[in-house]
Amino acid sequence: MPLFPRSLLVGAVVLTMATTAQATTELTVYTAVESDDLQKYAERFNEAHPEVEINWVRDSTGVITARLLAEKNNPQADMVWGLAATSLLVLEEEGMLSRYAPESVEVLDSKFIDPAMRNGQDPAWVGMDAWVASICYNTIEGERLGVPRPSSWGDLTRPEYEGHVIMPNPSSSGTGYLDVVNWMQLWDEQGGWDYMDRLHQNIARYTHSGSAPCNLAASGEAVVGISFAFRGARLKSQGAPLELVFPEEGVGWDMEAAAIIEGTDNRQAAETLLDWAVTEQANALYNEGYAVVAYPGVAQPIENYPENITELMVEPDFHWAANHRERLLSEWQRRYDGKSDSQ
Amino acid sequence: MIAGASSWPARLSGESLIRLLALLLALGLLVVGLLFPLAAMLIKSVQDRAGDFIGLANFARYVQTPALAGSIVNSLTVALTSTVIVVSLAFLCAYGITRTCMPGKRLFRMLATLPILAPSLLPAISLVYLFGNQGWFREALMGESIYGPIGIVMGMCFWIFPHALMLLVTALANSDARLYEAAEALGTPKWRSFLTITLPGARYGLISCAFVVFTMAITDFGVPKIIGGQFSVLATDVYRQVVGQQNFQMGAVVSVILLAPALVSFAVDRWIQRRQVAQLSARAVPWQPSPSPLRDWTFAALCYGVAAIILTVIGTAIYASLVQFWPYDLTLTLQHYAFEALAGGGWTAWFNSLTLAFSVATIGTLVIFFNAWLIEKSDGYRALRQGLHFLAMLPMAVPGMVLGLAYIFFFNQPDNPLNWIYGTLIILVLNTLVHFYTVCHLTSVTALKQLDPEFEAVGASLKVPFWTTFRRVTLPVSLPAVLDISIYLFVNTMTTVSAVVFLYTSDTRLASVAVMHLDEAGYFASAAAMAVLIFFTSLAVKLAHATISYLLLTRAQHWRQAS
Repeated sequence: MPLFPRSLLVGAVVLTMATTAQATTELTVYTAVESDDLQKYAERFNEAHPEVEINWVRDSTGVITARLLAEKNNPQADMVWGLAATSLLVLEEEGMLSRYAPESVEVLDSKFIDPAMRNGQDPAWVGMDAWVASICYNTIEGERLGVPRPSSWGDLTRPEYEGHVIMPNPSSSGTGYLDVVNWMQLWDEQGGWDYMDRLHQNIARYTHSGSAPCNLAASGEAVVGISFAFRGARLKSQGAPLELVFPEEGVGWDMEAAAIIEGTDNRQAAETLLDWAVTEQANALYNEGYAVVAYPGVAQPIENYPENITELMVEPDFHWAANHRERLLSEWQRRYDGKSDSQ
Repeated sequence: MIAGASSWPARLSGESLIRLLALLLALGLLVVGLLFPLAAMLIKSVQDRAGDFIGLANFARYVQTPALAGSIVNSLTVALTSTVIVVSLAFLCAYGITRTCMPGKRLFRMLATLPILAPSLLPAISLVYLFGNQGWFREALMGESIYGPIGIVMGMCFWIFPHALMLLVTALANSDARLYEAAEALGTPKWRSFLTITLPGARYGLISCAFVVFTMAITDFGVPKIIGGQFSVLATDVYRQVVGQQNFQMGAVVSVILLAPALVSFAVDRWIQRRQVAQLSARAVPWQPSPSPLRDWTFAALCYGVAAIILTVIGTAIYASLVQFWPYDLTLTLQHYAFEALAGGGWTAWFNSLTLAFSVATIGTLVIFFNAWLIEKSDGYRALRQGLHFLAMLPMAVPGMVLGLAYIFFFNQPDNPLNWIYGTLIILVLNTLVHFYTVCHLTSVTALKQLDPEFEAVGASLKVPFWTTFRRVTLPVSLPAVLDISIYLFVNTMTTVSAVVFLYTSDTRLASVAVMHLDEAGYFASAAAMAVLIFFTSLAVKLAHATISYLLLTRAQHWRQAS
């Protein structure tokens, strides 16, 4: 047992905070936000609120989700900032999210808010931005190996792609999972499995993270990486010989969202962060990487993204995706796990 | 005089009580740090998610899932292949060092220890640059992929080689020149005396070495994690089940399976150690090789070939960490060392690793050596001391992944009074200390066995409390061993990934774990940079340590002479 009960410690902290206004609170935030952006997110937030210090715990979507679920009885996180909505819905189902309506949350596009708010409840989570699937195609290696640029999901199952396609493992990667959900929405569930069976023939590896396929395509380890637009656009700006392909059947997307974890000891700081996470400044920050954000009118076009991206986005059924997550993933594992990276 | 005599037994029993308490503390450390967590893990493997007992159902499910059960064969295949390659190669090199007059032995031995200073993730990263789809030597694989068994075996060979070499040099160093002289006098051909004298003389060392290599290969996590691709092995399965899917029950099942080969090889090793007694009689005359240019240069070529491979692998990692955008933009840059912009903790993680390594080296050395001394040099409590010795030998048989996972099960229970250390640096110190306990314990025991038991007897008869004898006599005299232990602990703590990967938190991120995370997220150059950073840190500390050892030992020598 610790020497002091937790409540006493919290009391002491509150007291200290009352006397010294600038005392900092440490907030443990679980996230799946791309790691090259974490520092930027914390800095922008700290410009407005230097009194809250963020301790990031970052991993791929599936890992963070699984970790939160595993810690259910002894939560280590105060907050989630930047995790797939499909995952947050699972957490909500488990009663792990604490409802809170951030200041002026109603300004946001209603698609980006927990639908419970329409029924007069405080939202359990609020959306930040949409991250969109995309194919990263290495033009140099494509030409060298005679692998043409794909233009549709269907193309990837053609024999010339055999051994040249890399995709994220949906168990660990949110990007991988949104692809699976998208294919099932395009061709219904059985059609989705049929497609993946054929695709599986051509897959070289299933990677741990959603950005890895694009990174591997960028470094010439693969020709085609099924990944997401953000990573592809950024690698292209860094000089990678990539072309971003948005398959003509339509691309899946998931929403990054934020929420407070039930039972946090740092409720006040968590609310401060959530308040900030829905502001116009925060959404401008999200827009630096993502073309579609929750705050209406903020989004500016991003380098290397197609202008018509919203037309290509297939509206996902988040609830269906969340409710069937465990079943789909275990079926996926049963079928294809042999080609997964040891994650 | 009478007063003195009457206080003598009282004093002794007081001291004896303290000794008993110290022994019990040592027992407590190993029970809490090893036995309880392992027990918690065993229990977990026969429970369902809700924590109800379900017998062997988890194991049945394991066997029925081909993706999981296949890993057993995979693990055995790569471990056996690595063992054959490493042991043969290390035997040849050790032979070159001990039985030939090849030039540059010292230099070769120095170069051959370099892989120990790097995390096992480093060779794996280098291999991608050497043999990956864009690698310089990709044609050498003749169309085979480096991601898989080939890469795993190559990576393992790289980082296990130094361990095997050290063991075999020791095994071959003891030789009796009289046997060779007799053979020569009888006109026995060279190959025959090799088969009938050299090999039998080194057989225990060879078998023991083979088992150590096999255990390291089957339990290693870093190499298959980076370069295993779709080829899964037991160690990566534990990680995937636990971190990827948070399926702790299945993680526990795989751990139990992973524990089996390690335990077998542990038992065999113990059995061999017991048989290997007095190989070398006191009258043996050490054998000195005489020059033979052809043989000497052949072995020199072989050894320097190995050294060149080692330097190439390390050099590749350094190069990889400096290239702007491999393979399309080869300008050099230091930007990949700017970890702060990336997740994984960056320089903070490096600093955490340093703190941890120094803590483990300091605390571990003192605790393990003191415990070994208690076990070795105490009278009475025979059963307790034997039990402690067995417990001290056990960590060698427990793979890092298993120990790390076992710690989660044991320490993360809300009703565990030690729950508060979960998520702190303390649990990492405890875990790492226990993980590397055995080798340190053995080093201590070997050093202590060389000390005359008279020291304790004289101390006792002079009525000096035992801790004073320990502090004033035993510790300084055993300084070389103590220093060896501390650097062993430091370097291993710096480079280990397997156990700590389950135990770090946002405040206690470690550099070795950061390498893995950077690689997972696709920042290959930064992953290489972090691995290189660990390598140079270990190297710098090792050099500093060598200097300090030299100075301290000269002083210790002086102290010996002065007294």
